[in-house]
Amino acid sequence: MDDVAWTRTEMLGPEAPPASAVGIVGWMRANLFSTWLNVILTVAALGAIWLLASHIVPFFAHSVWNASSYSECREIVARTWGEGASGACLAVIRERWKQFFFGFYPADYYWRPTLAFILMFVALAPVLFSSLPRKMLWFSAIFPGVAYWLLWGGSIFFPIAIYLGFVAGYVAFRVAERGPSFLPPLAAAVVTIVWWLFIAGPLANLLPDIGLPAVQSKQFGGFMLSMTIGVTGIAFSLPLGVLLALGRRSDMLFVKWISVGFIEFIRGVPLITLLLVASFLLNIFMPPGTNFDIILRVIIMVTLFAAAYMAEVIRGGLAALPRGQYEGADSLGLNYWQATRLVIMPQALKISIPGIVNTFIGLFKDTTLVAIIGLLDPVGLITSIRANSAWNGIVWELYGFVGFMFFICCFGMSRYSQYLERRLRTDRH
Amino acid sequence: MHKGILLGAFAGMALAAGAASAGTLDDVKARGTLKCGVNAGLAGFAAPDASGRWEGFDVAYCRALAAAVLGDAEKVEFTPTTTETRFTALVSGEIDVLARNSTWTFTRDVDLKLDFIGVNYYDGQGFMVSKDLGVTSAKELDGATVCIQTGTTTELNLADFFKTNGMTYQPVPIQTEAEARQQFLGGACDAYTTDASGLAAARSGYPNPENYIILPEIISKEPLGPVVRHGDNQWADIGRWTFNALVSAEELGVTKANLDEMKGSQNPEIRRLLGVEGSLGKMFGLNDDWAYNAIKAGGNYGEIFAATIGEGTPSNLARGLNGQWTDGGLLYSPPFR
Amino acid sequence: MTMPVAVTAEPFRLSMLIYDTRYRSITIQIIALVATLTFFGWIVSNTLANLAALGKTFDFGFLQQRAGYDINQALIPYTNDSTHGRAALVGIVNTLLVAVLGCITATIIGVLVGVLRLSSNWLVARLATVYVETFRNVPVLLWILALMAVITDLFPAPAAFRGDNATAAMMANGTVAITNRGAYIPWPVFGTGWQAVAIVFLLSIASAWAFGRYAHARQVATGRTLPTFWIKLALIVLPALIVDWLVGAISFQVPELKRFNFEGGGFIDKSLIALWFALALYTGAFIAEIVRGGIQAIARGQSEAAAALGIRPGRIMSLVILPQALRVIIPPLISQFLNLTKNSSLAIVVGYADVRATLGGITMNQTGRELECMILMMGFYLLISLAISTVMNVYNASVAMKER
Repeated sequence: MDDVAWTRTEMLGPEAPPASAVGIVGWMRANLFSTWLNVILTVAALGAIWLLASHIVPFFAHSVWNASSYSECREIVARTWGEGASGACLAVIRERWKQFFFGFYPADYYWRPTLAFILMFVALAPVLFSSLPRKMLWFSAIFPGVAYWLLWGGSIFFPIAIYLGFVAGYVAFRVAERGPSFLPPLAAAVVTIVWWLFIAGPLANLLPDIGLPAVQSKQFGGFMLSMTIGVTGIAFSLPLGVLLALGRRSDMLFVKWISVGFIEFIRGVPLITLLLVASFLLNIFMPPGTNFDIILRVIIMVTLFAAAYMAEVIRGGLAALPRGQYEGADSLGLNYWQATRLVIMPQALKISIPGIVNTFIGLFKDTTLVAIIGLLDPVGLITSIRANSAWNGIVWELYGFVGFMFFICCFGMSRYSQYLERRLRTDRH
Repeated sequence: MHKGILLGAFAGMALAAGAASAGTLDDVKARGTLKCGVNAGLAGFAAPDASGRWEGFDVAYCRALAAAVLGDAEKVEFTPTTTETRFTALVSGEIDVLARNSTWTFTRDVDLKLDFIGVNYYDGQGFMVSKDLGVTSAKELDGATVCIQTGTTTELNLADFFKTNGMTYQPVPIQTEAEARQQFLGGACDAYTTDASGLAAARSGYPNPENYIILPEIISKEPLGPVVRHGDNQWADIGRWTFNALVSAEELGVTKANLDEMKGSQNPEIRRLLGVEGSLGKMFGLNDDWAYNAIKAGGNYGEIFAATIGEGTPSNLARGLNGQWTDGGLLYSPPFR
Repeated sequence: MTMPVAVTAEPFRLSMLIYDTRYRSITIQIIALVATLTFFGWIVSNTLANLAALGKTFDFGFLQQRAGYDINQALIPYTNDSTHGRAALVGIVNTLLVAVLGCITATIIGVLVGVLRLSSNWLVARLATVYVETFRNVPVLLWILALMAVITDLFPAPAAFRGDNATAAMMANGTVAITNRGAYIPWPVFGTGWQAVAIVFLLSIASAWAFGRYAHARQVATGRTLPTFWIKLALIVLPALIVDWLVGAISFQVPELKRFNFEGGGFIDKSLIALWFALALYTGAFIAEIVRGGIQAIARGQSEAAAALGIRPGRIMSLVILPQALRVIIPPLISQFLNLTKNSSLAIVVGYADVRATLGGITMNQTGRELECMILMMGFYLLISLAISTVMNVYNASVAMKER
């Protein structure tokens, strides 16, 4: 073959592409103006961008940060940019940002919610990133108590007494685990509740009152309130959702019906009706004379609400597990609760995390509804700031700020859950 | 391990929850704070300032009551309420007293099981329109679009007024004062109707107040007052007489400034009011200096009025019907005897 | 040939209730049943005790009482002399109205944006992504409030249409006025002989349907197609128009600017517009994601095969991709419809009189019947969601992949 002189021994290099197909021009041709339809779409899109930008850009370009009232803001804008110019009065954010983040929390203790917020990420880290050491999960477990103590203050021994209830319940669970399958959860529940009802209170009262100054939940507000409601709702709804999901998949007809009934009822009504129940009716359902504050009532209803959605997410996770896992656990001789705790749930929960994050995003956005029943979450604060005579008439700056903050949080979380979904997809072989 | 975590929450609450069944006074004393329901945001009457401190006419009453009961005007927890949640919050025991410019009506008093303990502001429903419309009387509003706050008595009054005059209108329901401003100034409604005090206060906050007029017709009586739960007479008495003490103090010339001086007054009613003579406070379970403390919190009725909604404040309201009876107003406190 | 297995009649012992798996589940269920009943009994007895303490009764008589308040947008006749029950009904109709309008609009927006997100046009695809992310990640309550504020601030008041130097003008040849109070539109008035027009209209719809069948049969038989869309449109519209022109039965009343407002014609309140579009834009962003996911779920080979057959890109989408994608799209789409319906309960923040605003708002507030109103309202929403999930189940059964 080598003696055939006219055969090339190597490929010719490619010709340089025509000028119209490379560089910016080529890119634009390929991506913006490839067909007549695309030309029209591009022009329409440019028009839409121009329309929006022509309103929004000057508004923010002319923003005022230093003013003590809305009328002063408008004066400054008119003086600097001419009569009739529109400008954002961001001075209101500058004056009220603390209220937006902390509500009416005492200013001296701002470090407490801030610390709780930071610790939340430490607690979440081992759940979200599986490469971290598993021992960190212990901190995740005690975080709710720490956060409660930081936010509400009071004696440190109160959350500790509550936690000891879990310990007692766990001991009862392990002791009863050799018995029939329904005994462990029953024993754990009974021991824990008995502990909380009859031992925890006196124990906490007995011990010295060492701790942080107490803060009333009335003083919660702004994003801190949204976060508290959202995070507590999700944290408490997780175990409840696990139970409901297991109940819904149960062979026992009646247990299944209770679970299905609860889930479908909660998912069938709007959250606002549940909040109205919290506001109007929950006290009527409790024994006469019971009275606990509205934020606690809202958290209860939000927890029930989230539990129904959580149950569906976890049910999806359970359904996605291969049958072999159940059969494998059975063949090892594990009973129902052992199999669930050691084999099924760890896997089901892991693949449910993106769904759980999505549920949290939805719940976090839905916490704005508490403004309708008069709580001062960010949206409720907008109302009360607009009522202040200094800021009468201000609209867009406040909505824009609150919307922007929500966007940052929710967008970040949804990106994270998409990343998780992608990773989980490649994880499984 | 997580079993019954919700029940745990309930149990936790059982530890924290107080029973509201005993007398309200005992509850308040045991708790050490007064829970007061206020408007979530109405300029002059109740709104939090930048540092989160509540200010306003209704707020001042709550502080006076806290001072009378607990001796400290700062021991108040303010609960913002909406028109929808206010009475339920009171009846369910979430708050001890509601001071949220609520109108005293028969059905509220009788059917909703509330007790109005007095009238701290005599009001009436009026209309405000833009001058450009050329309207001089509410009777000319046939076919107009009217902005109105929902969940209030004004809604019913408005329907009645247009009905009796054989006119029609298009209601634009709104939730808050701020929204009303936006709608009304934007021309989304021709007329804005609410209590006349609210109209005046709102107008003074507008960029060009002279462009708007308040029509002469007052179409309803709106006696606004603090409310307590029905059935706790001791607590209702405390609320009622704390308010009367503020009114009497103005009538008798007792002010925040001359309070201590007045203790030495020879007027027996002032002496009884300030607890120098007799022991009125003991009769309903308070200290004898209860009224002294109440007045010290924010001054007498006139001083509170002037500081929060009176002339010179953003609301800029004249005393009018809310003057002392001696000045031709309707404020008439029963004697302290 | 199965032999009946003889069950050895083991004597029943009490401990079998716990240790024998056959009986254990019954034991657990009975415990659960008793616990549930006790819980509900506890709640009912608490409620009764509390109601008695408040001196309240439990009855629905208030629904027969005069409501006394006015509603700005009612599809069925209503005045302030009507009963609270009637007001609740107005609210229910309004909820259904905004839900239906919102679902339709959200679907249109969602499908459009979902397809545009996959567009080869870089700018349009990015813009669609920005829309989806912005609307999905901000609470719907804020969108509703913001849209209401936009309408109030950006559209002219009716007064702007007045006088010689009016700053705003009516659109569509002076028949439509879009103001910051809402949209005033022409409204049909049915004069004598409108029945004839209606009958002709119904007949032409029937003939259009018959023509569609004929055209399809012809295409199957001969392979030739007819411009069915235009012919159908003409069949439906033209005869009725001609008859109406001859008889002069149906006329349109055009809104006119009077003392305060435009009067005559139809009126769409701005609260409805704000709620409708806020819900549609918000839900549309979710639907766009569903549509995109559905389209991407279809194997690439499908569109390549269709392209190989020489089908145009638009037709590939409508004939090959979408019909297959629908199977994936519809179930989550319906659950979005359910979400939209539930979110419509936020109507009160813009003053739209839905069932939550009338029955669960003003009526509850005026009568103090919280328990009764809440029960009725939750019952209504439950009924709607049950109806929607029934539709979904029927659909799922009908499109389920026929596996052999």
